[in-house]
Amino acid sequence: MRIWPRIWEKEVPEKSMFLEGEDQVHRYRRLWRRSVLLLSTFCLTPLLIMTGANYYQYQQAMHEEMIQPIHRQTSNMKRALGFLLEERRFALNFIVEEKSYQDLADQDHLAGTLKNLKQSFGGFIDLGVIDSKGNQISYAGPYDLLGKNYAEQGWFHTVTLRGVSVSDMFTGYRGFPHFVIAVKCEKNSDDFFVLRATVDMDILHQRIRSLSLPSSSDAFLINSFGVFQTPSRYYGNVMGQCPFPVPPVSEATEVMEDVNLEDRLYIVAYSYIQQSPFIFMVVSDPSMLKKNWFALRRELFIFMIVSVVIIIVLIIATSTYLVSRIQDADRKRTSLFHKMEYTNKMASLGRLASGIAHEINNPMAIIYEKAGLLKDLLSLDEDFPHKKRILQFTESITSSVERCRTITHRMLGFAKHMDMQMETVNLVNLIEEVLGFLGKEALYRNLAIKIHAEDDLPMIQSDRGQLQQVFLNIINNAFAAVEDGGKIDIHLKTVNQVNVSISITDNGSGIPKEYLTHIFEPFFTLKKKYGTGLGLSITYGIISKLKGNISVDSEVGKGTTFTITLPIGQKVD
Amino acid sequence: MKPKPYSVLLIDDEAELVYTLAERLQLRGIETVAETHGDAALRILAEREFDIVVVDVKMPGINGIDLLRTIKQNHPHVQVILQTGRASEEERNEGLREGAFDYLVKPVDIDNLIDIMNQAVEQSKRRSSHESE
Repeated sequence: MRIWPRIWEKEVPEKSMFLEGEDQVHRYRRLWRRSVLLLSTFCLTPLLIMTGANYYQYQQAMHEEMIQPIHRQTSNMKRALGFLLEERRFALNFIVEEKSYQDLADQDHLAGTLKNLKQSFGGFIDLGVIDSKGNQISYAGPYDLLGKNYAEQGWFHTVTLRGVSVSDMFTGYRGFPHFVIAVKCEKNSDDFFVLRATVDMDILHQRIRSLSLPSSSDAFLINSFGVFQTPSRYYGNVMGQCPFPVPPVSEATEVMEDVNLEDRLYIVAYSYIQQSPFIFMVVSDPSMLKKNWFALRRELFIFMIVSVVIIIVLIIATSTYLVSRIQDADRKRTSLFHKMEYTNKMASLGRLASGIAHEINNPMAIIYEKAGLLKDLLSLDEDFPHKKRILQFTESITSSVERCRTITHRMLGFAKHMDMQMETVNLVNLIEEVLGFLGKEALYRNLAIKIHAEDDLPMIQSDRGQLQQVFLNIINNAFAAVEDGGKIDIHLKTVNQVNVSISITDNGSGIPKEYLTHIFEPFFTLKKKYGTGLGLSITYGIISKLKGNISVDSEVGKGTTFTITLPIGQKVD
Repeated sequence: MKPKPYSVLLIDDEAELVYTLAERLQLRGIETVAETHGDAALRILAEREFDIVVVDVKMPGINGIDLLRTIKQNHPHVQVILQTGRASEEERNEGLREGAFDYLVKPVDIDNLIDIMNQAVEQSKRRSSHESE
């Protein structure tokens, strides 16, 4: 099957050009283009929409896949850390509610309490009681902090105002990061004291590490100044400055996409841990996930391109098929139309010829008779002056009229009008007979004439005499066309089981293309001398009458083929 | 020239043709009457007998075929030869069907015409001898 149509080829074959012309070719091209465009629109639009929708869905899914887990982890960790701090705060609250100020102010008692606390909750380092002036009244722990005043420290102000305080991480003079949880307890309506505990940073760090994040991710705490409160895997140590900006305050867990750090984009999830200065942050490098997404996207894209190419090839093939079918139909119609036109033309010419012949025959008959009478009268008169010459003139007149008569009678024969005498005709015998008439000439001119007949060529029902005339005409023409020693081939074969085709091919001079269409018209002749131009027109008339068909094909310098098709058995009415 | 033992009526609207032909036939000893109108011809036929009538097919007034019919109806023994400038198969068939002896295309050679007339007369002679037997 042809995919690319012939109409786009630069060199349109001459024959179809003859039938179609430049305009027609443009029309088919337009038709083809339109068909391709229309079909492409119908076929590709759904595909593109589907692919677009798919792309969008995949993208959404990928996005969800990236965002959801990190959001969940952050959220969970926020709760866990919040609970961890709350637990310790509640423990301190419990102590101040449970124990009296006097008990807590007692160093030994406090040391006992710290011991219990350490056993129940991890992470506590020391415990101290501070009065409302900020003085450390009692202290249990590894350092000597008794009598120290905290009145000027931020956490003390916070606990005084709010009743509870969780401090930022600091190393202080202890050398390891820790933070302070302090709770306030009203002694009476005028006075209060504060129970202050120091908690090891490690307890938070341990909890965060339990997340077991993938290697591309990192989780840590920062405070509201962007200072690391727990160590980070990749971005700095405790008390170092976090390279990521401090995120805006939010009650809920938030995820920020495309956070730029040193020309790389990160996904950052964060959550403010309630009643503490800590912000929990998970940083994820999405390049791995993105890599998957890019691969998927590439597959999708390749799938689309391949589909589009296949569809377009199919569309082009379909359009080509349709347009060539239309072209074929048009061609058939045009050729039929040409044939019809030609038949009409021949019929008109036939009528014209017989009309002219009739009009001329009457005056010619008069000339003929007058000349005849003149001759008759002269013959009666023995000694008429110039008798001999005048007799010659009359002879000349009558012979001229006879020549004219030959022409007009042949013209009448063109639209001919004899009874058809149908009989069974053996075409091979008939052609041999005709060749017999011409035998001497063939011999004399050394022409090679061959009959190639199909083995079981059927006899046909036709008019023997008329066919003789037809073959005589055509073979005569072939004789005239070939040089001495030329070749004439006559092929006979059955066509479609109802017709016999006889083609007579010579290797003579050929007929120029511009004459081919006129060759069956009356008075058209290519013979320089003696040609009346009626032979082939009569042939045409006879063949039409016999319900046959005659066509000619010729190439100058190579030769000419006349092909006659005759029905095998149809009766002619 | 020995007179031929038959008489001919020529009918053609071309006066020049019909009178010239008549004269030539007379020169050859054939008794010939020429007429240019079908009606006049029928009147003449009613007055006297002819062996052969040569009629042009295409004429104003009564045309050759109608004339042929009338003649065959009224004078069945008369041989009619049709002559025409236009050879048409239908016309020829019709003429022969209506009983014409032959159908000739103009211009007709006089010797040829005489031959055919002779044949026509021969035929009618044979026919009448059959009838008399």
